[in-house]
Amino acid sequence: MKRCRPVPDLRAGIEYEQARRGREVAAELMGFTVEYDAAAACLRLGGDCRMADAPTLERELRALRNAGPSKLTVDFASAGEFDIGPAWLLQRALAECQAAGSRIESVGPTPEHAHFLQELTERDVGSMPPPEGEARPAWLVGFGKGIVERVSSWYEALTFGGELTVTAAAAWTSVKRLRIPSIVRHVYETGLQAIPVVAVIAFLISVISAYIGAQQLQPFGAEIFTVDLVAIGVLRELGVLLTAIMVAGRTGSAFAAELGVMKLNDEVDALESMGMNPYEVLVLPRVLGLVISLPLLTVVADMMGLAGGAMLTTYLLELPFSQFVMRLESAVGETTFWAGMVKAPVFGLLIALTGTLRGLQVRESSRELGRLTTVAVVQSIFLVIFADALFAIFFLEIDF
Amino acid sequence: MPDPQPVIRVRDIVNRFGTQVVHDGVSFDVMPGEIFGIVGGSGSGKSVLLKTILGLRKPNSGTVEVEGREITAMGERELREVKRRYGVTFQHGALFTSLTIAENLTLPVAEAMELAESSYRDLVELRLRMVGLPLPTAAKNPAQLSGGMVKRASLARALALDPAVLFLDEPTAGLDPIAAAEFDELVLYLRETLRLTVVMVTHDLDTLTRTCDRVAVLVDGKVIVDTLEGIVANPHPWIREYFHGPRGRAIVAAEDRASGA
Repeated sequence: MKRCRPVPDLRAGIEYEQARRGREVAAELMGFTVEYDAAAACLRLGGDCRMADAPTLERELRALRNAGPSKLTVDFASAGEFDIGPAWLLQRALAECQAAGSRIESVGPTPEHAHFLQELTERDVGSMPPPEGEARPAWLVGFGKGIVERVSSWYEALTFGGELTVTAAAAWTSVKRLRIPSIVRHVYETGLQAIPVVAVIAFLISVISAYIGAQQLQPFGAEIFTVDLVAIGVLRELGVLLTAIMVAGRTGSAFAAELGVMKLNDEVDALESMGMNPYEVLVLPRVLGLVISLPLLTVVADMMGLAGGAMLTTYLLELPFSQFVMRLESAVGETTFWAGMVKAPVFGLLIALTGTLRGLQVRESSRELGRLTTVAVVQSIFLVIFADALFAIFFLEIDF
Repeated sequence: MPDPQPVIRVRDIVNRFGTQVVHDGVSFDVMPGEIFGIVGGSGSGKSVLLKTILGLRKPNSGTVEVEGREITAMGERELREVKRRYGVTFQHGALFTSLTIAENLTLPVAEAMELAESSYRDLVELRLRMVGLPLPTAAKNPAQLSGGMVKRASLARALALDPAVLFLDEPTAGLDPIAAAEFDELVLYLRETLRLTVVMVTHDLDTLTRTCDRVAVLVDGKVIVDTLEGIVANPHPWIREYFHGPRGRAIVAAEDRASGA
């Protein structure tokens, strides 16, 4: 290691530092003191004032402002060195007093930073923006912002839908533009990898509903109808709905976060600069992937749901498995399975669209990313349930 | 005149990742009031060294002393005290994107002490003036600023607690030559007026020549510390390549021309 040696033009700095250290020892013994003596209209300062002393200084300055003396003496006689922060606060307060009409006289050496502060004050750098919430009431600002946000969000959703439709129509014409490897990857990630959690949830929910059903039906001697309850409940509603909600939480958020981070990293712009359409590369494969994988997951959920029902009826109601199957056959109509199944791609579409749209809306900040990911999940769950209600009414009308 | 106390004293730092030895006994001192440059090739461990000095990473062995206090042997709380004496700017600014510039500048102050709202605003104004940013910037979000302004805002935040030592990680990377030169002047000006000690990691040869009093070069896990002239004359092959390669040569040549004229 080379022995370090002071460089000539540093000498001034070093000498200064040594002098400062000498004073620091004194200041450490004494600490920073500040006192506003109202009777004598005198502000006395002593010792070195570091940034950490700002609250102490501020307290006395407040007393000074409140008093607003007509003639003020500032006593720097025993003052040491000032950090620039507190020095600025002090200077501000004195300037304010001066503006309010007090005559200021200072005693003792002028602090070293005075010149620097003067220079800073003289810089023409415009004026500070007004503090928030001073100009207009907060509720009005919030209300206005909310409306603007809603409208622009709807507008963006419309643009998104339009772009995607055009892209999809164009992509349909060529295999390459459909990006099949990408779709397969998304089917794998959103479908195959979700199988364990979806299976367990479907199984447990059907066990729970079968248990409650059996309990309620037993007094009437109608416990055999538990099979009907579970089969119809799982196949028509629970299987697909729970799967969709799980997927909305799992994949909807992932889509939004993925696209959001890509947006923040300028990756979306990079794609566009290479002549690739982000809707074609990023959005369409995700949407198609989920439209394919959600029905597949629903099949798994239906199977596990029926298995859960079978297990519970076998053990709790002591119904032989063969009888369960017989009852199942008579309970389930031709359309029962399809009434659930037909909803799956629609739910998949809703979840994927919401997730990708919210992801692409992220701009500027990490907070946006978090907010829009949350919005994506909440909205896709809402949309799924809302669409389910519409399906229920529609099926009732057409007697499906 | 007694020997001045170094602000930072690094002794025999060893940093290892698995079997890969990044630093193999790195020692140097940073003297008060100097601008100390750290250079090195990609992967030579500049960032790791900076993290070690900042107390963000414990070295495998060796010590770091800041103002005479050994931070490598310190507990969390004491270390936090020492960190208040540091100002750090990061390569990409690292401004909090979800906060406005004013909030970014207020955050470290509000964390350290309780002041009136108007004082926070006054301090924001001070820091903006110090780094030469227009005051209306205070209400803006980091995403609305240009690259040069982000660097300045980041410097303003680093100065928020009136630090004794300023660490700059690639302060001029990604700036156009004019903005970079302005930033160099700003650093020199602040050193002059605030008597700051500055440690900067940089690849910008212009910044090195313009601002740094001494330079530490990280090569082969070791460090070579000298004045810039001394470093330029150093026979080590990597250093020769660094300063006398096509890019470095242009600068050295330009300087020679300037001094010859």
